[in-house]
Amino acid sequence: MTKTTNRATAHSAGTAVSPPGRTAIPSGPPASPPRSWRSHPLRRATPWLFLVVPLALLITFTYVPVGNMLYYSFTDWDGVSPTRNFTGVDNYKQLFTRPELFRVFFVSFYYLAASVVQIAIALYFATVLSFDLRFRNFFKGILFFPYLINGVAIGFVFLYFFQDGGTLDSVLSWFGADTGHAWLGDPESANTSLAGVSVWRFTGLNFVLFLGAIQSIPGELYEAAQLDGASRWQQFRHIIAPSIKPVLSLSVILAVSGSLAVFEIPYIMTGGATGTSTFVIQTVKLAFQFNKTGLASAAAVVLLLIILLITWIQRRLVPDERVDLV
Amino acid sequence: MTALLPAPRRRRPGIGPVLTYLSLIVAASVVLIPLVVVLLTSLKTSREVAGGGALSLPDDWLNLGNYATAFSDGKMLTAFGNTAFILLFSVAGTVVIGSMTAYAIDRFDFKARKLVVALFLIATLVPGVTTQVATFQVVNSFGLFDTRWAPILLYMGTDIVSIYIFLQFIRGIPTSLDEAARLDGANAFTIFWRIIFPLLKPAIATVVIVKGITVYNDFYIPFLYMPSEEHGTISTALFRFKGPFGAHWENISAGAILVIVPTLIAFLFLQRYIYNGFAQGATK
Repeated sequence: MTKTTNRATAHSAGTAVSPPGRTAIPSGPPASPPRSWRSHPLRRATPWLFLVVPLALLITFTYVPVGNMLYYSFTDWDGVSPTRNFTGVDNYKQLFTRPELFRVFFVSFYYLAASVVQIAIALYFATVLSFDLRFRNFFKGILFFPYLINGVAIGFVFLYFFQDGGTLDSVLSWFGADTGHAWLGDPESANTSLAGVSVWRFTGLNFVLFLGAIQSIPGELYEAAQLDGASRWQQFRHIIAPSIKPVLSLSVILAVSGSLAVFEIPYIMTGGATGTSTFVIQTVKLAFQFNKTGLASAAAVVLLLIILLITWIQRRLVPDERVDLV
Repeated sequence: MTALLPAPRRRRPGIGPVLTYLSLIVAASVVLIPLVVVLLTSLKTSREVAGGGALSLPDDWLNLGNYATAFSDGKMLTAFGNTAFILLFSVAGTVVIGSMTAYAIDRFDFKARKLVVALFLIATLVPGVTTQVATFQVVNSFGLFDTRWAPILLYMGTDIVSIYIFLQFIRGIPTSLDEAARLDGANAFTIFWRIIFPLLKPAIATVVIVKGITVYNDFYIPFLYMPSEEHGTISTALFRFKGPFGAHWENISAGAILVIVPTLIAFLFLQRYIYNGFAQGATK
């Protein structure tokens, strides 16, 4: 009963305020109750009551660390002792002049090359499976599933895979290739193998992203193209390729920043031995094993700057309308 | 497509589809063989593992002894308990925090709104792995190091993707609903809990699935912040198999399969949500 009366008054009040959007600025007699509530200090505080916890967490766990990291990078702090000395750009100088610290950057190229392969494979299977095939969902599921598997489990699966007399050697011996090759034994082969694991793991995500983009293309486009006699390749080139461009550019940026920030697979499988140490592994070791917080911070700052630079370049090259979120 | 339209006449039928299926079968084998071999290994005795090849079949298909060893010696039960605890709190926290933030950003006009949005936007550009050196000190100064609250807070506080998923969704909810409720005398909190939050169900499902799988699989954060064995999550507990089990591949394999099976079950039941969720999560 009270509800109906409320609604009736609400209705009349609603017509009084026009337009009734949330941007409506009160423009009438200030006596009416909803309007005085609008200018009430408690009302102005309302969004902040919702935002206080999220912002506190965001600042504590993202902005404070970034700020501290910048500061640590100019000191010789070991992470434990109460004293720290300001050393200027010495940490940065070390990073770029000591070859053993700098070398880890080159390992990224293995992963970068792997992500090119990964995107190509994902693109191929997304195109193939966007057409109506038998067992389509089955293949889609199999290709995507590795992306969901726990990284440590993947590490062990592939340690056994590359082991002497393990899965890979056994499969190769079926085809008569009898290799006594120690896959994780020398830097080149080890990094290639680890990059291969990364392809195995992450192709599924790219594949599903591409597939989603391809399937959002209206089917009439293909029909029209077929009536005009377009070949599969022409359909790909002129219908599919333009519509997956945003997702493709996103995948490229994820690939580049991802290959600089590789950690899990090499850390779990080799611990960074035999030249497979990556930038993040080295940083973690510097900070938490050798207590060189200052130097590790400088390394992290360099990585952060590189990733920001890459993101900026990508935003310049491919203007993304979604950047403007609100 | 071939079901809908006749294939172009000028092409001989046969070779194209055969090659397509061949490539799919090769890809499926590449995905499955490493996993199947580990499953086979987990069912073998240590003598079979030492003697036979990697692809040989186990003698006893129901030999679950390795799983028992993995559970008891590998502390997998504690690990599943810890992971469940962290999962529950961090996913619930992410949903509440993400939806509140999205509601505040989308439904209110306040002076610093642009600044708040920018803070969240810029934070997406900072990759978590790079800042852990300094985040570690922050967590440590709160006395949270080696507690289960460290990963919970980190998972809750640094998830901007879920805020975007909620933001996208909340925009589709007409503001006239809020207005009507407000004129009925509801305050902002009542509107949020009674009207907006229940309507967010599909977005909540997406966030729960994506966040749940990410947290379940995460290795880096529990590895850095919870070194003690009693606080092992499934990732770190499995990682510890490397030492004591040395070359006992049958036990390590059993551990790996134990960790994969829950993911497989979740995937089989929630396939559609998982595809959409990860696609949404990655593109935002």
